[in-house]
Amino acid sequence: MPPLVGVAPGVVTLKINGVDCSARDDQTVLEVAREQNIHIPTLCHLEGLESVGGCRLCLVEIQGMRGLVAACVTKVTEGMEVQTSTPQIEAYRKMIVQMLFTERNHVCSVCVSNGHCELQDLAVEMGITHVEIPYLFPKCELDASHPRFVLDHNRCVLCQRCVRVCDEIEGAHVWDNQGRGIHCRVVTGLDEPWITSDTCTSCGKCVHVCPTGALFEKGRSAGEMAKKAPQLPYLQNIRKGAARG
Amino acid sequence: MARTILIDNVTRIEGHGKITINLDDSGDVADARFHVTQFRGFEKFAQGRPFWEMPSLTARTCGICPVSHLVASAKACDELLAVRIPRVAADLRRVINLAQILQSHALSFFYLSSPDMVMGYDSDPARRHILGVAQDDPQLAADGVKLRSIGQKIIEILGGKRIHPAWVVPGGVNDPLSVDERDKILAMLPEGFEIMKRTLSWFKGAVGSFQEQIRTFGNFPSLFMSLVASGRLEARKGELALYEGWLRFTNENGEIVRDDVDPRRYDEVLGEAVEDSSYLKSPYYKPMGYPDGMYRVGPQARLNNIIGTGEPLSNVEFMEYREMYRDSLNSSFHNHHARLVEMLFCLEKIQHLLNSKHIMDKHCRALAEPNELEGVGVSEAPRGTLFHHYKIDENGIIQWVNMVIATGNNSLAMNRSVTQVAREYVKADRLQEGMLNRVEAVIRCYDPCLSCSTHAIGHMPLDITLLAPDGRVLDHLRRDA
Ligand code: SF4
Ligand code: SF4
Ligand code: FES
Repeated sequence: MPPLVGVAPGVVTLKINGVDCSARDDQTVLEVAREQNIHIPTLCHLEGLESVGGCRLCLVEIQGMRGLVAACVTKVTEGMEVQTSTPQIEAYRKMIVQMLFTERNHVCSVCVSNGHCELQDLAVEMGITHVEIPYLFPKCELDASHPRFVLDHNRCVLCQRCVRVCDEIEGAHVWDNQGRGIHCRVVTGLDEPWITSDTCTSCGKCVHVCPTGALFEKGRSAGEMAKKAPQLPYLQNIRKGAARG
Repeated sequence: MARTILIDNVTRIEGHGKITINLDDSGDVADARFHVTQFRGFEKFAQGRPFWEMPSLTARTCGICPVSHLVASAKACDELLAVRIPRVAADLRRVINLAQILQSHALSFFYLSSPDMVMGYDSDPARRHILGVAQDDPQLAADGVKLRSIGQKIIEILGGKRIHPAWVVPGGVNDPLSVDERDKILAMLPEGFEIMKRTLSWFKGAVGSFQEQIRTFGNFPSLFMSLVASGRLEARKGELALYEGWLRFTNENGEIVRDDVDPRRYDEVLGEAVEDSSYLKSPYYKPMGYPDGMYRVGPQARLNNIIGTGEPLSNVEFMEYREMYRDSLNSSFHNHHARLVEMLFCLEKIQHLLNSKHIMDKHCRALAEPNELEGVGVSEAPRGTLFHHYKIDENGIIQWVNMVIATGNNSLAMNRSVTQVAREYVKADRLQEGMLNRVEAVIRCYDPCLSCSTHAIGHMPLDITLLAPDGRVLDHLRRDA
């Protein structure tokens, strides 16, 4: 095996919620917290994909830093003092989850992902029993043109996992974003029906990394779409190996 | 001077009904109407959704008989898949449909209607509810609670969730039955049979004192529509069929007017009128036109239409029922007795199905892509025949939906019944408790699936306004739940 290129990582010590930890300096706060069994909620992050810091659910407080930062994209440094849960952080997280619900149309009781949904789990975890901000009720379309899969924008949280897995792991780059802010939508090809994509290999990775009922297999009824998260770190290593080899 | 008496229900949970009674110049009832302002946008917001979602989605039409919608919807989806579902899947769906009818009938008979029967239609409304029954006839009340819970538990065992089970899916059911589940259900049935024996004998003893109700509750000629067994499957042609069959229409004399209608072609025999006074569509039998083609559905209609139930105990009861009411075939009051016969049938049929060899088969779902762009699913719900009709595009996205719900089938007949009762009991512009109760009671014969009519405890909350033709309020009465 060829030697790894680059500088060998250094070791740092830091405190998370008052607990002393040591870590490699190329690790993120999220990775170190998880090693220490300290829970930080996440949504867009998925092990094996590049983190984008999109959803902001993993917000943490770091002494000396202005504002809150996303733990999934913040590297640890020597002497860092991290708080993963404060009343302010909890309030922000709750607000984020509520906004995700109001931006699209989530009808859990009839959703294919009911009972197997990361957004739903977050709401449960945070004790969100009702939403305090008004729903936007956007009119969203479905793309059911693919013979095996369906995209339902009504349930999309714009986490970009589908975009990243398709690009980074499958190498097909079928998915991308279009529009900004609340008008942002994931698209296939150049915003064409999925079926017309020349690069889609129908591997289904996007479906299985999608945390909600936005991507699902055809023929599933309410609550029947349990995702089988692919072994991404493994696939990622294979790709790295292939690239080097 | 012509006047209007308005009975307006004030609690609005899911849907609510109100009743207007129009008096003519001499103070007699000219006409009465049961207004149903139930939300009907459903057919609209299903558009654009994948059809696989329809069973769960349509089950939300109704919190009281979701299983019936699940079944009709899944059958419509089977048609879209163009598959014949495994036999065990059909039988398991039958079982859950029977359990639904059992629990719904138990709610209607024991909780909602027995207080009137036990305590009298003019008794103190403050006591006239299931808790009052529990004081006057503890056995009857306990039986009602028990029987309903048997139905609910069966649904829970099969469907996982009692109110909105997502177990019934296009192509079959999503989980086979386990031995344990089967035995649990079978073990509950003997008590149900005991209860039915007691209740039937109580009712048959008491029915003599309800002659006035039999005479005045929806006793008018009309057609009766229901599914009956087609004779192609295990049942004999013309027997009681709650899951599948062909449509039969009989008339006020019990004669068959039309038979063997494939329910997929319902729109050839049923027309739908939308009246201003109600959001509920008023279907009618097309060959006779509107409104002469008025027909009734539900327990009484089913028993009027069949030659037998196909199960031993309920068949004996059915024969007796038929004999007893030979001369009053048209009274909607018989719905109560018919519910009892059907509950007994449900218990027998569930037992029968669960004891069959193939009920434990593991292959309980047919998988397919949509192969047809249009599908109709029909079944008998507790309150009558239920139709789901969908059109999809080639990707399986819903383009168009039509549903004819059981309560809707009865809407013309309910108006007629309310008019009949009002004629009998409203003679002056004074609003009397007894009159209200009877209007309420006749509506309950049809057991319409509106929350207002199904208050488990207590009576319907009522708000009655007496209006002059110019809209002036002459009198106002209010009764809270
Ligand atoms: S995607 Fe998740 S949160 Fe959204 S409707 Fe489906 S189950 Fe509910
Ligand atoms: S479709 Fe799913 S995976 Fe893709 S952005 Fe939306 S929620 Fe994330
Ligand atoms: S998980 Fe860190 S921003 Fe989404």
